[in-house]
Amino acid sequence: MSALQTPIAAAQGSHRPRLSLGPITYYWPKEQVNAFYAMVAEAPVDIVYLGETICSKRNQVRHEDWLAIAERLAEHGKEVVLSTLTLLEAESELKRLRAICGQDRFMVEANDMGAVHLLAGRPFAIGPSVNCYNDRTLGVLARQGLKRWALPVELTRETLEQMQRAKPAGVETEVMAYGRLPLAYSARCFTARHKHLPKDDCRDVCMDYPDGLVVNTQDEQQFLVLNGIQTQSAHTLNLLAELPAMRELGVDILRISPQSQQMDQVIELFHQALSNVLDPAEASIRLNALMPVGPCDGYWHGKAGMAATAA
Amino acid sequence: MELVCPAGNLPALKAAVDNGANAVYIGFRDDTNARHFAGLNFAPNKMVEGIRYARGKGVRVFIALNTYPRPDGFGRFEQAVDKAADLGVDALIAADIGVLDYASRTHPTLNLHLSVQGSATNYEALRFYHEHFGIRRAVLPRVLSISQVKHVIDQSPVDIEVFAFGSLCVMVEGRCILSSYATGRSPNTYGACSPASHVEWIETDAGLDTRLGGVLIQRHPKGENVGYPTLCKGTFNTDGQIDHAIEDAVSLNAMELLPEMKAAGVKAVKIEGRQRSPVYVAQVTKIWREALDSFERSPSSFAPKPEWTAALGKVSEGAQTTLGPYHRPWQ
Repeated sequence: MSALQTPIAAAQGSHRPRLSLGPITYYWPKEQVNAFYAMVAEAPVDIVYLGETICSKRNQVRHEDWLAIAERLAEHGKEVVLSTLTLLEAESELKRLRAICGQDRFMVEANDMGAVHLLAGRPFAIGPSVNCYNDRTLGVLARQGLKRWALPVELTRETLEQMQRAKPAGVETEVMAYGRLPLAYSARCFTARHKHLPKDDCRDVCMDYPDGLVVNTQDEQQFLVLNGIQTQSAHTLNLLAELPAMRELGVDILRISPQSQQMDQVIELFHQALSNVLDPAEASIRLNALMPVGPCDGYWHGKAGMAATAA
Repeated sequence: MELVCPAGNLPALKAAVDNGANAVYIGFRDDTNARHFAGLNFAPNKMVEGIRYARGKGVRVFIALNTYPRPDGFGRFEQAVDKAADLGVDALIAADIGVLDYASRTHPTLNLHLSVQGSATNYEALRFYHEHFGIRRAVLPRVLSISQVKHVIDQSPVDIEVFAFGSLCVMVEGRCILSSYATGRSPNTYGACSPASHVEWIETDAGLDTRLGGVLIQRHPKGENVGYPTLCKGTFNTDGQIDHAIEDAVSLNAMELLPEMKAAGVKAVKIEGRQRSPVYVAQVTKIWREALDSFERSPSSFAPKPEWTAALGKVSEGAQTTLGPYHRPWQ
């Protein structure tokens, strides 16, 4: 590693995006969640998104526990943002949503328009599952208090460029740069369905799959991942090699999405690239070795999301 | 309850009107709507003719403008909104916040419906769209049980339309990008799911392979019925288990739930299928008209007639129907 740890050109390193860690999308036991955030507290990430965003039946870590984790991370100097459920169906879910949106200790990331409605008038962020495909939408949301938006993952570098030119003042741009892509949400739990269990008696089967359950094609291509009601890509998005472009476009924050293994190393590689200690292209190649399956980056380049152009 | 039927062209619109639709929904011939298929949808002159035909028979016309423009495409959507307003349509069905904002500011009297692609599954979301854009109706994504639909309606500031029949999106609409993951084109960006341009059929010794964006989606043994390869209904290998990992090739048929829908306060039931033929539209509209009339005549004794169910089953994807989110295994 040492040979590549020479600082790269200053021009590339002039704008330094911050590094954020997205919410854990999988169902991990409480001890694992606590150990994970103990690691994160000491790790070089600037912003941490916390909370259950996938399934309200996942109750290992409760609202009060999340708040306690949030306080510990804040004590370590992290900016903490509470993230909300993506697909809201039951009143009990709205009740939890109101508890999150009702507190004012931490900023909230809305993952559904219901949350946006509850947060209107206060500073808030939107996650990549809120459909913000144009600057007109950004303008409407900015008038409601939007402080940060995340590029929907299927959009391209070219669209980001258009958005950056036209976005309202005072709104930060975040781009998901690492992690299995969130592709879809359903009323149905596909992990339970795979185990022939009804959703209302799922026996927490998704906890058996700390990085989700891989769906292969019949010719043995690893294709998708079932994560309860969510479907993800089997391949892991990796846009670290695009860091120079992100700097140029003035992206404020790069988001990495948690995986169960080697996350400390993922964070470290991003940190080194962001700090101009390691060349982004080299860091990107090293990242590929840390993924459960392999990399993809097609969406950014205007191709199928599963395409891997940098690999 | 109002019967809202699909029309991908003028003959289908006439079929829907003649067979008892209360409203017909149509789209422009481009990527501004979620059925952007080759040869489908309405050129402006046909739209004028279709609206005149429907109006003449007391049937309302809605225009779907329900994909998500990027900044460089926004102008075309503004023009489409203006065009819909000029045509005097009975409602514009839109999903994108920017488009809804433009429509409500530029054409304050234009009746706005929130498309299913708007992905609003709860009343707090509906309140947002109502408060900011004055929408008067929303189409709910196919994720809620009937009791959840009722709960939304009880709190909703706007009328609610639900899907009752047709191809079934398994994922919450407006937030599914499986299609673009494999092909680069999604309902949100391009107006099509699993686009035909990216489908390959390959004959093998064992039968027929179907690929989408190069990915093997279906492997059919010789002689098996071959359906359209929608990604979420593909057959995969999960932990050695070869099956429809996400959903079977089934269609939605919620006819038996008409009494519960009515009791829940559903304002309109929607038939999916702008991509289907005029013959299909005629047949399905006719059966649903009969069912709704039969239900309105004697609500307490309503049950779908076996011949209706059989006829609808025959024209359904995979020749199988399901209650989808409306029944327990999904909830």
